[in-house]
Amino acid sequence: MTPPRIGLVVNPVAGLGGRVGLKGSDGRDVQARALAMGAVPQAGERAAAALAELRGRGADCELLTAGGEMGAHAAQAAGWSTRTVYTPGPDSGPEDTVAAVRALRAEGVGLVLFAGGDGTARDVLDGLGQDRVMDGRPLPALGIPTGVKMHSAVFAVTPRAAGETAAAWAGGGGQARLRLRAAEVMDRDEEALRRGELTARLYGWLTVPDLPARIQQRKSGAPAADPAATGGIAAELAALIPAGAPLILGPGSTTHAVAAALGADVALTGVNAIALRDGTATVLARDAATADLEVLIRQGPPPCIALSPIGGQGFLLGRGNQQISPALLRAAGRDRLLVLCTEAKLAALGGRPLLADTGDPVLNAALGGYLPVITGRGSTSPYRLTS
Amino acid sequence: MSAARPSVPVSPKDARIAVKPRLRRFHQARWDEKLIFELGSPGERGVLIPAPDPQVAAEVGDPAAALPTALRRTVPPALPELSQNQVLRHYLRLSQENLGADLNIDVGQGTCTMKYSPKVNDQFVRDPRIAELHPRQHEDTVQGVLEIVHRLEGLLAEISGMDRVTLQPGAGSAAIYTNVAMIRAYFAAKGDPERDEIITTIFSHPSNAACAKTAGFKVITLHPDADGYPDIEALKAAVGPRTAALLITNPEDTGIYNPRIEEFVRIVHEAGGLCSYDQANANGILGITRARDAGFDLCHFNLHKTFSTPHACGGPAAGACGVTEELAPFLPRPTVAYDGSRYTLDDDRPDSVGKMRPFYGVVPNLVRAYAWIMALGAEGLREAAEIAVLNNNYLMHQVLKIRGVSMPYAAGRPRVEQARYSWEQLHADTGLHSEDLGLRAADFGTHYWTSHHPYVVPEPMTLEPTESYSRADLDEYAAILAEVAREAYEDPETVRTAPHRSTVHRVKEDSLEDPATWAVTWRAYRRKVLGA
Repeated sequence: MTPPRIGLVVNPVAGLGGRVGLKGSDGRDVQARALAMGAVPQAGERAAAALAELRGRGADCELLTAGGEMGAHAAQAAGWSTRTVYTPGPDSGPEDTVAAVRALRAEGVGLVLFAGGDGTARDVLDGLGQDRVMDGRPLPALGIPTGVKMHSAVFAVTPRAAGETAAAWAGGGGQARLRLRAAEVMDRDEEALRRGELTARLYGWLTVPDLPARIQQRKSGAPAADPAATGGIAAELAALIPAGAPLILGPGSTTHAVAAALGADVALTGVNAIALRDGTATVLARDAATADLEVLIRQGPPPCIALSPIGGQGFLLGRGNQQISPALLRAAGRDRLLVLCTEAKLAALGGRPLLADTGDPVLNAALGGYLPVITGRGSTSPYRLTS
Repeated sequence: MSAARPSVPVSPKDARIAVKPRLRRFHQARWDEKLIFELGSPGERGVLIPAPDPQVAAEVGDPAAALPTALRRTVPPALPELSQNQVLRHYLRLSQENLGADLNIDVGQGTCTMKYSPKVNDQFVRDPRIAELHPRQHEDTVQGVLEIVHRLEGLLAEISGMDRVTLQPGAGSAAIYTNVAMIRAYFAAKGDPERDEIITTIFSHPSNAACAKTAGFKVITLHPDADGYPDIEALKAAVGPRTAALLITNPEDTGIYNPRIEEFVRIVHEAGGLCSYDQANANGILGITRARDAGFDLCHFNLHKTFSTPHACGGPAAGACGVTEELAPFLPRPTVAYDGSRYTLDDDRPDSVGKMRPFYGVVPNLVRAYAWIMALGAEGLREAAEIAVLNNNYLMHQVLKIRGVSMPYAAGRPRVEQARYSWEQLHADTGLHSEDLGLRAADFGTHYWTSHHPYVVPEPMTLEPTESYSRADLDEYAAILAEVAREAYEDPETVRTAPHRSTVHRVKEDSLEDPATWAVTWRAYRRKVLGA
């Protein structure tokens, strides 16, 4: 019996916008801006981490890839010898992802691994076509998380988890030993965003191999922030911030509503920094990049960092808030990492832990354990953070 | 169970009977009845009181003059003016628009412990020796009722294992508040007022968190672990020098008994905190386990749940608190004391948290609960618990056959006295919510409750079939759920637009949730709704 075939496609520019405070990496102009601002591509590295995990687990499978930065380089870095089935032009783009997926499919792969974010997932969906079947069976795909926006439910929680899931899939002879399930491909709704609402649009479904706790849950359509709850959280937060410490607020509707309750008008999808003095909030940095924030903290006492997990999914760090770098997190320390979440949103996690994917495994581990999640005035819930 | 209990002979013929439950062609009354304030006409009266004899009137003078001027009304109250038969008709009509506890198979009101309130106990309460008592009567004239209260305290102390019991709180939340107030007083007396945190769980009744907040504590809420138990690692992370107490239920709303409860108590005690057992609903453990035996320092009961007295919405409630000797000085005052010959109300309690209500206890319910316990005896209480647990597991067995429903947590394990189910699969398949199914159940003459908020279990349904319900009742209830689920898959529109045969179609949520719209008095209704 021939070993199962896995196809790999990497979006080399995925995640580029994250560390420099851009809301995504879609579009060549955004990518050029990100590179100009000093962004370092990470997609290849993260894809290699997934492939190293796959290899380390001794899975007997054949790896087919797109050429160069779109897969072959990452595979080589992880010690794989591969066959290239599609060669992109010098300046690759979304159409290359679509074409590469079509080529992989034509070669009879049983699983498509792709490294990217929501935009890449949409391209994979286009490449597989809406029927997404192979010989009458669904052709599964799985995302290696490297993007800025990851609202879709098609990503593993970390690159290593992607490798682990792919290995479990291959270990079953490429057959559906793992349960397969339909998972939403979602992307930010740019029209709604212009109206000030943070919501995602559903583009379709991919079939994903389901290894429990390895696949990221869909970001729930953030429920309208309950003003009573967020007002209470804001009051508690204000009481907790040491005098003079700047407060870095992560993106999302909870932190946005909390900032509004404190009197600060901040960017809904960006990372912001405010100062609280005598109950009055001053915006220090609006929609800031890592560099802006790192400059800010060199000026005074260690900052507090207030974040809210992605609803339904649990990601606290590493999804949509990559501007908050490992250096910033280290400067604040675990005690000044404040988690804000309404009771309803916490309950909707269904017992899944909070997740941290800072890009730094040592820091991920150091942040792990129980954190007091602030759910209202005088109300907390000890909740587990893991990587 | 006792071997002395007589067994009911079952004839082979009886054993063969397995009647398929029949779905009722139920239709609720709809009277379009106006509010009582909108009925009647000026000058109309139900009772015409004869004028006093002129000589008596002259002798007495103006009776209102006995009231201080500031308390006298200048304008008479705007009361409805109706004849007796109009009043009777009005309330009978309203009663027909209710699915009352004595009318439906009330197993869907999970966590509320709906059980039969024996009507004979109402006869005791209506007896003039109870009904005509006045709280200001001299102790010497109320020795009988004080004896009942004192004995009931003793029975509940035995049932809980606690040293002392008070029956002063007027309801369940009042009892929790009483316990929280005693916890606060205990640490104040110990010179340890820094303990300002109370730990509870998301599956305990929200009154625990609410009462702790009301008394000025910070609240730490534990979420469940993968098996549905409160996360013991989270508890370890939460306890410390500021821990005042753990307020916890067991089994929680999920109906899963927490076998590590002693460990929870030990962790909190080692941190210097107290432990209070919410036994509002003790129906599955009555006569089987005791709060004190698990190491708790305080506990409370709702007599209107476990001990059969009518519920708050259908009658007055009653709460009971039990404490160890160490906490007894802080009990609300007065307490009922007995010196071997005479009962008194002891108000000389300097360390007491004070009064929880103006007068001691909801006496009619104390009488009912006392009668219920005495009628059952120790063996009967345990048997009630055992039948309740058996009923719950039987119903669970029937319900889990229905398409689209599941039982989250601790798969395959029995539940104690209630169970929280999930319609998550049915929702994924049909788009209908648990609330929609509950409203459709109203078309068959029953209903169910989902869960407290927030919904930790998605699309929840909480059922609690106590010992009062027969197998036929449970089969009928399960058949209704099965029919509603079948409709959800085959005719979802009927379910989505339900109820169709109930008094009210769907209630406007705003009228319950929006302070600008809700109107709980006639005056508020006139102002907010009628714009008068």
